[in-house]
Amino acid sequence: MNVVQKLFGFHGGVKPNYNKEASTRLPIAAAPAPTRLVIPLHQSIGGPPRPLVKAGDRVLKGQRIGDADGDVSSAVHASTSGTVIGVEMRLMPHTSGLSAMCVVIEPDGRDEWVERKPFDFRAATPTATRDYLRDAGVVGLGGAVFPSHLKLNAGKQGRLDTLVLNGAECEPFITCDDVLMRERADPLLRGAAIMREMLEASRVLVGIEDNKPEAIAALEAAAKRANDASIQIVAVPTRYPAGGAKQLIRALTGIEVPHGERSTDYGVQCFNVGTAYAIYEAIELGQPLISRIVTVAGNVGQARNYQVLFGTSMRDLVALCSPLPDTDRIIMGGPMMGFRMPSDDVPVVKATNCVLVGSQKLFPPPPPEMPCIRCGECAKVCPADLQPFEMYWFARARIFGKAQEYHLFDCIECGCCAYVCPSRIPLVDYYRFAKSEIWAREVEKEAADEARDRYEFRLLREEREKQEKAAKLAAKTAAGREKAAAALAEAEKPARTPEEEAKHALIAAALERAKAQKDQVHPENTGNLTPEQQAEIAAIEARRAEIREQAKPHLRQDD
Amino acid sequence: MLDALLVMALGAIVLGAALGYAAVRFRVEGDPLVEKIDAILPQTQCGQCGFPGCKPYAQAIAKGEAEINQCPPGGEEGIHKLADLLGREFKPLSAEHGVEKPKAVALIDEQTCIGCTLCIQACPVDAIVGAAKQMHTVIADQCTGCELCLPPCPVNCITMEPIPESVENWKWKYPVVKIVPASKVAA
Ligand code: SF4
Ligand code: SF4
Ligand code: SF4
Ligand code: SF4
Repeated sequence: MNVVQKLFGFHGGVKPNYNKEASTRLPIAAAPAPTRLVIPLHQSIGGPPRPLVKAGDRVLKGQRIGDADGDVSSAVHASTSGTVIGVEMRLMPHTSGLSAMCVVIEPDGRDEWVERKPFDFRAATPTATRDYLRDAGVVGLGGAVFPSHLKLNAGKQGRLDTLVLNGAECEPFITCDDVLMRERADPLLRGAAIMREMLEASRVLVGIEDNKPEAIAALEAAAKRANDASIQIVAVPTRYPAGGAKQLIRALTGIEVPHGERSTDYGVQCFNVGTAYAIYEAIELGQPLISRIVTVAGNVGQARNYQVLFGTSMRDLVALCSPLPDTDRIIMGGPMMGFRMPSDDVPVVKATNCVLVGSQKLFPPPPPEMPCIRCGECAKVCPADLQPFEMYWFARARIFGKAQEYHLFDCIECGCCAYVCPSRIPLVDYYRFAKSEIWAREVEKEAADEARDRYEFRLLREEREKQEKAAKLAAKTAAGREKAAAALAEAEKPARTPEEEAKHALIAAALERAKAQKDQVHPENTGNLTPEQQAEIAAIEARRAEIREQAKPHLRQDD
Repeated sequence: MLDALLVMALGAIVLGAALGYAAVRFRVEGDPLVEKIDAILPQTQCGQCGFPGCKPYAQAIAKGEAEINQCPPGGEEGIHKLADLLGREFKPLSAEHGVEKPKAVALIDEQTCIGCTLCIQACPVDAIVGAAKQMHTVIADQCTGCELCLPPCPVNCITMEPIPESVENWKWKYPVVKIVPASKVAA
């Protein structure tokens, strides 16, 4: 592009070994559908979706199998057609090694789609478009899996200045965004155009690290074809973590989003390039998110990028790349920010940008941790401008309040600090520990506050009930007293006058008449009985009398 | 002389009135220290501390009538926080009041429940729903795990179930430094 984009730097960062060449030599290949898909219901930030299918159901490719639970959630879909063989707890691709609800599908090999039709977002209201994307399961594919429909909101001012597309992909080994930009540049930019229209942004900046010249060239050519002057492709210097949202926004626009604020307050919103492609597929093709590009790299014979259906076992995926015999671990994500998997038999999910195969040789165990010498190296490289050694100190001593005062929650867990630490302290492990402890306390505190409210309400209710009871009792006693007084008054009344006598006689006569009338009426079904029926009734009456006789001693005195 | 006295007296009266008015007008609801202590207590409302709820215990602590180590659900961490707040010495949890247990919620065996409503009356946070002669059930999200519903149940159908660890509530463990045997290091 001819417009020169002024670039800004961001603080800190490191230059690790990138190791990206091996997986970019071959084009994207479709991973074959496995014999079994295990699709976790909860694959995004927010509430876990509710299952819509049960064992035995036949599902089509792209059919919704989990419904978003409220607005802060995202739907999940069947990745291919087949039969649901269970909705059950299965091992999750999560460091904890715990299980969660999954829909297990046995593919039928026919790969039959549900009906797909494009969504006319220009005719729909913004809310309807967001609901559509939520139900299409579109989430951020950079790894954070934040529901995209929540971010496609123009913020306070109603419109945005800049839409930033993140194609920096700074983490070593990972190349899924790189190959996506190379091979699918045109649809990617159409997705970007849709997002720009929804956000009413005036320009789109696509930030790409300058170690991906092919991707930059492909996108520039596509932008020329699209003939859209608002789209700019910008090469940013290669330095980890240039792909952090805040770091990229800072590098492209010079805007530094302060602690506790959102980038939308400054007119900027940032999405991953993979998300833009997913939005294109959802809106223009009517396809929900059922697969993604996953890099398989590390200790393998042939690293490559695959289009993988969600629910495919990582073991099956890695097997396509001939893993070396000394393989001893699977990492989801890259070597800096990735998570070690509890087993290789866990499913690929929306957050899986890379399956990194590791061995002792490739990632030797770190030498023993030594005390912090407060050299300050970590603070020099921290892209979030934090003081990692202070946070480490307080996290280690479990003084979480202090760690938070040093803005622990601004830490993006990029691992730069641990990368340079001469004492080889696993700093990020301490931050993760402290963050989850703080979260747990937060949840406990909320529960305690609710319990306090409920307890106080109960006390209040008991008090009110007591008062109401007392009031009722008082009213009853008062009524009783009145009755007694009335009775007394009655007794003291003089004998009836002759007129009253006459009136009473009239009433008595009327009652007599009514009784006589009632006696004449007979129940219909007891007339015209046959002798047998008559006999039966007599027998029953006799039995009843007998029972009454027997029951007498058990009855209460006054009955 | 008299003038001076009068002026001072008048001043005293005016200021006194102002103070009195301020005391009524700007009265602080409740005792702030009690509120602060109550905010630390876990609100389980179990009564193990010897008081009929967390608030009364907080009041007793504020008055200096109770030790800070009588709340088992709050555990060591709660005692540390109370010690920090009140500037008192930390003491380990007093054994006579109970032991710290992992969090649990009550579960009613719905087959056995006879619908007597006794547990509803015992629950301090109204976490049990049901009507007379109908099966009862515990709203797990609202149950504080106080165990007060266990003793009144005539058919012993309520049990305490520990809250299972899930992907959502799982916590990163404290990073432990692995100790490698010397033989392995050499190898
Ligand atoms: S780099 Fe390591 S040793 Fe240096 S100050 Fe940071 S934590 Fe301490
Ligand atoms: S992991 Fe956190 S503290 Fe360490 S360099 Fe990255 S942002 Fe800074
Ligand atoms: S022991 Fe603790 S949780 Fe239970 S009532 Fe007393 S202060 Fe509340
Ligand atoms: S359900 Fe039982 S254990 Fe739970 S809060 Fe109520 S009384 Fe306590």
